[in-house]
Amino acid sequence: MRHTISILVENKFGVLSRISGLFSGRGYNIESLSVGETIDPNVSVMTIVTSGDDWIVEQINKQLNKLIDVIKVVDMTELDHVEREMVMIKVSPRQEDKAEVLRIADIFRGRIVDSSPKTYTIEVTGEEKKIEAFVELLRPMGIKEFVRTGKIAIAREGIKKP
Amino acid sequence: MKMTGSEILLESLKKEGVKHLFGYPGGVVLNIFDLLHDEKELQLILTRHEQGAVHSADGYARATGKVGVALVTSGPGATNTVTGIATAAMDSIPMVVITGQVPTMLIGNDAFQEADIVGITRPCTKYNFLVKNVSDLALTIKEAFHIASTGRPGPVLIDLPKDVTTSKAEFHWPDQVKIRSYNPTYEGNKYMITQAAHMIAKAKKPLIIAGGGVISSDASKELREFAETTGVPVTMTMMGLGGFPGSHKLSLGMLGMHGTYFANKAVQDSDLLIAIGMRFDDRVTGKIDAFAPNAKIIHIDIDPTSIRKNVRVDLPIVGDVKRVLTVMNKVIHEEVKDPWAEVRKAWTKQIDVWKKEHPMDYDRDADVIKPQYVIEKINELTKGDAIIATEVGQNQMWAAQFYKYDKPRTWLSSGGLGTMGYGLPAAIGAQLAFPNKLVIDIAGDGSIQMNIQELATAVINKLPVKVAILNNRFLGMVRQWQELFFQERYSHTKLHDTVPDFVKIAEAYSAVGLRATKKSEVVPVLKEAFAIKRPVFMDFVIDWTEKVYPMVPAGAAIDQMLFREEDVKKPEKKLKAVK
Ligand SMILES: Cc1ncc(C[n+]2csc(CCOP(=O)(O)OP(=O)(O)O)c2C)c(N)n1
Repeated sequence: MRHTISILVENKFGVLSRISGLFSGRGYNIESLSVGETIDPNVSVMTIVTSGDDWIVEQINKQLNKLIDVIKVVDMTELDHVEREMVMIKVSPRQEDKAEVLRIADIFRGRIVDSSPKTYTIEVTGEEKKIEAFVELLRPMGIKEFVRTGKIAIAREGIKKP
Repeated sequence: MKMTGSEILLESLKKEGVKHLFGYPGGVVLNIFDLLHDEKELQLILTRHEQGAVHSADGYARATGKVGVALVTSGPGATNTVTGIATAAMDSIPMVVITGQVPTMLIGNDAFQEADIVGITRPCTKYNFLVKNVSDLALTIKEAFHIASTGRPGPVLIDLPKDVTTSKAEFHWPDQVKIRSYNPTYEGNKYMITQAAHMIAKAKKPLIIAGGGVISSDASKELREFAETTGVPVTMTMMGLGGFPGSHKLSLGMLGMHGTYFANKAVQDSDLLIAIGMRFDDRVTGKIDAFAPNAKIIHIDIDPTSIRKNVRVDLPIVGDVKRVLTVMNKVIHEEVKDPWAEVRKAWTKQIDVWKKEHPMDYDRDADVIKPQYVIEKINELTKGDAIIATEVGQNQMWAAQFYKYDKPRTWLSSGGLGTMGYGLPAAIGAQLAFPNKLVIDIAGDGSIQMNIQELATAVINKLPVKVAILNNRFLGMVRQWQELFFQERYSHTKLHDTVPDFVKIAEAYSAVGLRATKKSEVVPVLKEAFAIKRPVFMDFVIDWTEKVYPMVPAGAAIDQMLFREEDVKKPEKKLKAVK
């Protein structure tokens, strides 16, 4: 099963490699990873999407907790939470498709962040499914370039799953 | 007053109570070494190889319980420590390794003698630091010692760029450290401990497995009280040897791949395993699916990652072994006063039967020198009152099987990593800590050649370590596997003609060399060696065909043991006999 794990760490150099090294050294899989500072500049939050059975995920949680720079580990999967990721897509549609691209972007609440005579760059945020649907719709229009952040997640306040 | 980084380093080490460090000089640590020249309170022991320095620090730590310290230069000096650091990490040994580094300005530029040692050692240290600013140095050292010695102990590396050793800062020694993300759990959950006591009271066939955690938390006294009150027999992992007296009537010796028949049988037949400070290594469990099929498992460990890593656990207790056992003993006395021995009379009887079926044995009538004979004689002559270090291979297993370790910290052996070349430098570290104790490295002719140069360290520092080389002219343990599983194709395990004359080597280093080629010479050689107050190599030319038995073949359940040649030749017959 897939798990989204949120890890609060000391904001120091080397921490990212400790965490990723833990995953690679033990043969755990990282599907996506994103890192950024929190409101406290001494603390960063990493969101890691990984998969494995309960036993592996238990080990991942414990091993992460054991790292000296790790302040807190939360398996978001066990909580009611909100997940987002962001994608930026550069499309170079044929003349006749241009309007359609803009229409799709609009439906997905995308924003045009750059345009040139031949291309549009569109930014979309949302859950994984939405991002995937968006990409699929644009695919026939001629995707030139495509970047996607890892997932970030935050718990909804106060409502735990039973 | 402002001090240089080098001065701060030495001052901090003194504040940590360090008396000895092991090391090797080089360009970027020259300023530190210069200070050490006139230093009175701190003694640096110059080894002949950085691997020797780290293993010596490790042996010192295992024998004393204090943090071992090593100091080496950058680049090749630093990379030479990696095996020693990994050895300490696998066996949870508290250690601080200080490596020199090129000046901060040059880091990352492929400067002369630069190595990214922080990167290289990240997976094999408990933690590591690169000190970028001299004003962080004192706190870093305090934190390093704190991390190394608390919780589950382990090695910590401090990488110290040259300019940090020369630039100046005020020296502030922090009284305390608080690392917000590091809070080991020491107190076991009282409810769980009480539950455990009740499970033990009810069990008919309970068994304690004691591991290295008993030793690192200094809990042998508590373990003994626990075992004696409850009457539960005790088997030990290799790392746990000495955690419970080997000659105690409740002791079943070591379990696992080369463990005793009765320990392995007891594990497989038990209805409750009480695992204390051990981690269910594959050398202990054998085939996991077939491990202790009828037993519930209580697992006590300071490191939650050890629990449920390899085997299912019915009752986990996270905490320091000593504290958990102290509470457990109290609960047992106050709340659970069962007639312990009554409930499990049948169990102890059964164990006695197994002990008679297959005691630890070898061919005692042989004319040739049997390695087990040498170890038994060492045990007899020392009355068990020695510190034994080992190399790795058959020598290590015989030393584990045939010497009775009655006290903790008298057995120094590379368990987790299995590092050949560990024993001699470790013995040197232990001898430095205990100058008046008899310290013996039990070695193979292969392993001793991996750090043989450390004999010079022993000689020059007047450390009278004794090295008993069980010389079989082979990389014996590998040869044993080739014999059993590769149709005796001895690919690259034969050392025969290239085994040096160990007596001459000893003499070349100004140590003493003795040799025994006949059984009758063993005791005289041992006696002579033990009486000499200098380092001695004893070359015991043993029967090269001897193998370590009993043995659980890899992938078999731990009670599927081979005992002698005939079992190997007719495996079907044997396996039936054992069941
Ligand atoms: C550094 C290192 N390299 C290789 C091995 C693999 N190994 C394990 S036991 C062994 C043979 C050891 O031979 P020797 O020291 O002569 O001891 P014996 O088994 O003969 O007692 C080898 C090569 C190891 N454990 N450590």
